[in-house]
Amino acid sequence: MEALDLARWQFGITTVYHFIFVPLTIGLAPLVAIMQTAWVRTGNERWLRLTKFFGKLLLINFALGVVTGIVQEFQFGMNWSEYSRFVGDVFGAPLAMEALAAFFVESTFLGLWIFGWDRLNKRVHLACIWAVAVAVNLSAFFILAANSWMQHPVGARFNPETGRAEMESIWAILGNNTLWAAFPHAVAAAFLTAGTFVAGIAAWWMVRLARTRREESIELARNVYRPAVVLGTVVMLVAGAGVALTGDAQAKLMYEQQPGKMASAEALCEGEQAASFSILTIGDLSNSCAGVRHILEVPGLTSYLGTGSFSGPESYLPGVNDVQEEYSQRYSETDDAGNPISYTPNLAVTYWSFRLMIGFAAGSALLALAALWFTRGGRVSDNPWLARIGIAAIPTPFIASSFGWIFTEMGRQPWVVAPNPTGIDQIRLLTMRGVSEVVSPGMVITSMIVFTLLYGVLAVVWYRLMHRYAVEGVPATVRDESPEAAKDETDRPLSFAY
Amino acid sequence: MDLALVWFFIIAILWTGYLVLEGFDFGVGMLMSLLPRGDSAHREKERRVLVNSIGPVWDGNEVWLITAVGATFAAFPEWYATLFSGFYLPLLVILVVLIVRGVAFEYRGKISDAGWARRCDIAIHVGSWVPAILWGMTFANLVRGVELSDTHQYLGGLASLLNPFALLGGATTLVLFLLHGSVFVALKTDGEIRARARRFAGVLSAAALAVAGGWALWAQLAFSVTWTWAVVAAAALALVGVALTNRAGREGWAFGLSAATIIAAVVLIFGSMFPDVMPGLDGGPALSIAEASSTPYTLTVLTWAAVVLTPVVILYQGWTYWVFRRRLTVDHIPAPAGLTWKKIKESAF
Ligand code: HDD
Ligand code: HEM
Ligand code: HEM
Repeated sequence: MEALDLARWQFGITTVYHFIFVPLTIGLAPLVAIMQTAWVRTGNERWLRLTKFFGKLLLINFALGVVTGIVQEFQFGMNWSEYSRFVGDVFGAPLAMEALAAFFVESTFLGLWIFGWDRLNKRVHLACIWAVAVAVNLSAFFILAANSWMQHPVGARFNPETGRAEMESIWAILGNNTLWAAFPHAVAAAFLTAGTFVAGIAAWWMVRLARTRREESIELARNVYRPAVVLGTVVMLVAGAGVALTGDAQAKLMYEQQPGKMASAEALCEGEQAASFSILTIGDLSNSCAGVRHILEVPGLTSYLGTGSFSGPESYLPGVNDVQEEYSQRYSETDDAGNPISYTPNLAVTYWSFRLMIGFAAGSALLALAALWFTRGGRVSDNPWLARIGIAAIPTPFIASSFGWIFTEMGRQPWVVAPNPTGIDQIRLLTMRGVSEVVSPGMVITSMIVFTLLYGVLAVVWYRLMHRYAVEGVPATVRDESPEAAKDETDRPLSFAY
Repeated sequence: MDLALVWFFIIAILWTGYLVLEGFDFGVGMLMSLLPRGDSAHREKERRVLVNSIGPVWDGNEVWLITAVGATFAAFPEWYATLFSGFYLPLLVILVVLIVRGVAFEYRGKISDAGWARRCDIAIHVGSWVPAILWGMTFANLVRGVELSDTHQYLGGLASLLNPFALLGGATTLVLFLLHGSVFVALKTDGEIRARARRFAGVLSAAALAVAGGWALWAQLAFSVTWTWAVVAAAALALVGVALTNRAGREGWAFGLSAATIIAAVVLIFGSMFPDVMPGLDGGPALSIAEASSTPYTLTVLTWAAVVLTPVVILYQGWTYWVFRRRLTVDHIPAPAGLTWKKIKESAF
């Protein structure tokens, strides 16, 4: 394998891995903040117990999000140095702003929150977790601004002298319509992930306690876990609707901005009117248009998703072959070595990752329906199916998000900076031109093996801790540790220590 | 003023923030293998005092690195690209050890088990000793100059990074961070461990004067410019000051002066590199500030962001240190709150 393929594998592995932890952090930090707010406002201990419980899970997760993020930042320079030279003038700015405006806030205030229970006034302590919750979402905004610019470059010009992209307007970059479609979608997906996580774990606990038939256990289920199920379910319902609406908006935009990506997502080879949405398509091993067979289809739906009309001339969508022809003419037919360039992303990956992203939303949907039904009218359910669905649903939004990114990034190929079809013509970069020149395949193999092994070990540790701390349940007793509540003691032991 | 110059200056400030702040938490991490004494239960308590002295702040300290790198990408893309692809393997090592170190800090107390704590401590030691050396080697190589092509590709390979000047540079950051960490422990703890940390700091300030002084003289004679002599002199004075104030029990002053030494080191490094961001080896092709920098528009945008946000960051990070200003002793360390290994092993769902 060449350094290019290896660098792509490494980037894919490390980013998808980073994004296992990211959505849970983005969604769960605000939910923990909401729980703590409920405690501070009502004084009801159930919310303090839930805050402590889910807060601990948040911290276990956060740690891995942090350490894997640094790798991402270094990798652009290490493996994609030519890409970094080409885009740095534009792309670096949102990254630097992310660090300045978001990472500093989240790391500092999380430290204050973890260790500050007995040091900070209740309201100030609450404000710390809110600062974290806002900052993680802000960080998503800035990094997606960077990513969206690669999907759809705006606010920049090409400098023929240096051969580089140069920033013209930061506001255009932060106002990129691609960003304003991707950001709500990714955040909605993150809230769906966290809602499913909270509802899933709480439902499992509620059922487990209710089945003991002991008075005090049922009381705990009713008093503490049921409200968490309700909170998680509400979040799932709202976020689920948000994911669908914003996803639809993104799909329409993608037809304009990266027609090749959407045509591949539908395995739509020739342009058509009233194009159908295929539910099952198989291809032969050539993974090319020639081998595609559609088995199960919904007529007109793809046209509707892309254009807003089911039929007629305005429902026309270009196919993979049209895009290939157009791009070959507009850009270049061959690369430096004289080999023809394929402007078609990997069909099977694009097609299936799109469907799996949407399909895995079913896990959360099922849990939301089950939770609504089994807890209706104040019931504390002891139905084992609710517990099973709760546990089974937890991983599904994580998997959906991974496929979402795989779709977004693989569907963009062969471009690392996709050309903007409506302007700034010279700003585009083929992935193969972005890779570092001085980094040998041996070095990339080394780093890839090291990261993969290390990440594998960390995944096991993370999973065990998450799992076991979830099984541990809410703390049996909690006390108000705030300095207001314990004025007399000045030199107590730390209320929390590593 | 030329914005590229301003940004050269700001990058130096960001690295200063990183090396001063993470410098002491690297030092504390290294001292975890040196400082604790007594029977095993007491040593464990002292190790926990050390971990908790930086627990609330180490991640915030590390973000200075993330910001320095992000700002380098944004303000000097050529520098970022050449440096990071050129120094691939050392940076890989730094990444790996920073990962295990961060995870070890956060997960150490999550499982209450002697074996687990030992493994985490190994990760913390490796994650503190190794980068403490590698950052010094990296910057020493930038001072010395590297072999570059006309198109700013790094040609030197790995072996040329392992030269004597760089190795001495690694030793320099190592002793400086150890010293900085000891002074920090003396400032932040109380009881026996504080006394031990002060004794350590006394020895280390002499060692630092020898090692860092040797490296600074070499840098000064072989690679630097006249005005940085003043910086070297200031650093030497500051180190003497650390020794004196430490002996006098003025721990706050000692900490400030050891921070000043690190600041002086960064000034020396960036002063010698100027007007390049990557000087060429033996006068070969170099990458200059002007060649590496982004366009004026981008730099203007970044300047606004930095001017507005950096003071705010310094304010709330400073406030954090104030909130956790209390000295820690072994008596403040509560019983372990993590789950036992046995519980972690048994599975339920
Ligand atoms: C700021 C830029 C940026 C951002 C925010 C992301 N990516 Fe990306 N992605 C790239 C920049 C990039 C890249 C440098 O441009 C790569 C490397 C090779 C390529 O084609 O694109 C890439 C490749 C890449 C690949 C492999 C594609 C291939 O080999 O063809 C995957 C699976 C992802 N990314 C997934 C993600 C995920 C899960 C992200 C969320 C955290 C993500 N990307 C954010
Ligand atoms: C590929 C590009 C990316 C880079 C260079 C990157 C960089 C980083 C870095 C350096 C950190 C550590 C910050 C700290 O120490 O606090 C981090 C964490 C984080 N990143 Fe990323 N990131 C990338 C992709 C993403 C995306 C696409 C998102 C969101 C949509 C995201 C969201 C987050 C969040 C929320 C954190 C906080 C820590 C956590 O996840 O628990 N990142 N990232
Ligand atoms: C309900 C139907 C959904 C539709 C129509 C949809 C649509 C899309 C589209 C078109 C993209 C590509 C955007 C691009 O290329 O820039 C995308 C990306 C993505 N999707 Fe979905 N999606 C749906 C459900 C989901 C679900 C359930 C999740 C996860 C819980 C999810 C997570 C993501 C993520 C993380 C990305 C990449 C980040 C981004 O570009 O926003 N999506 N989605």
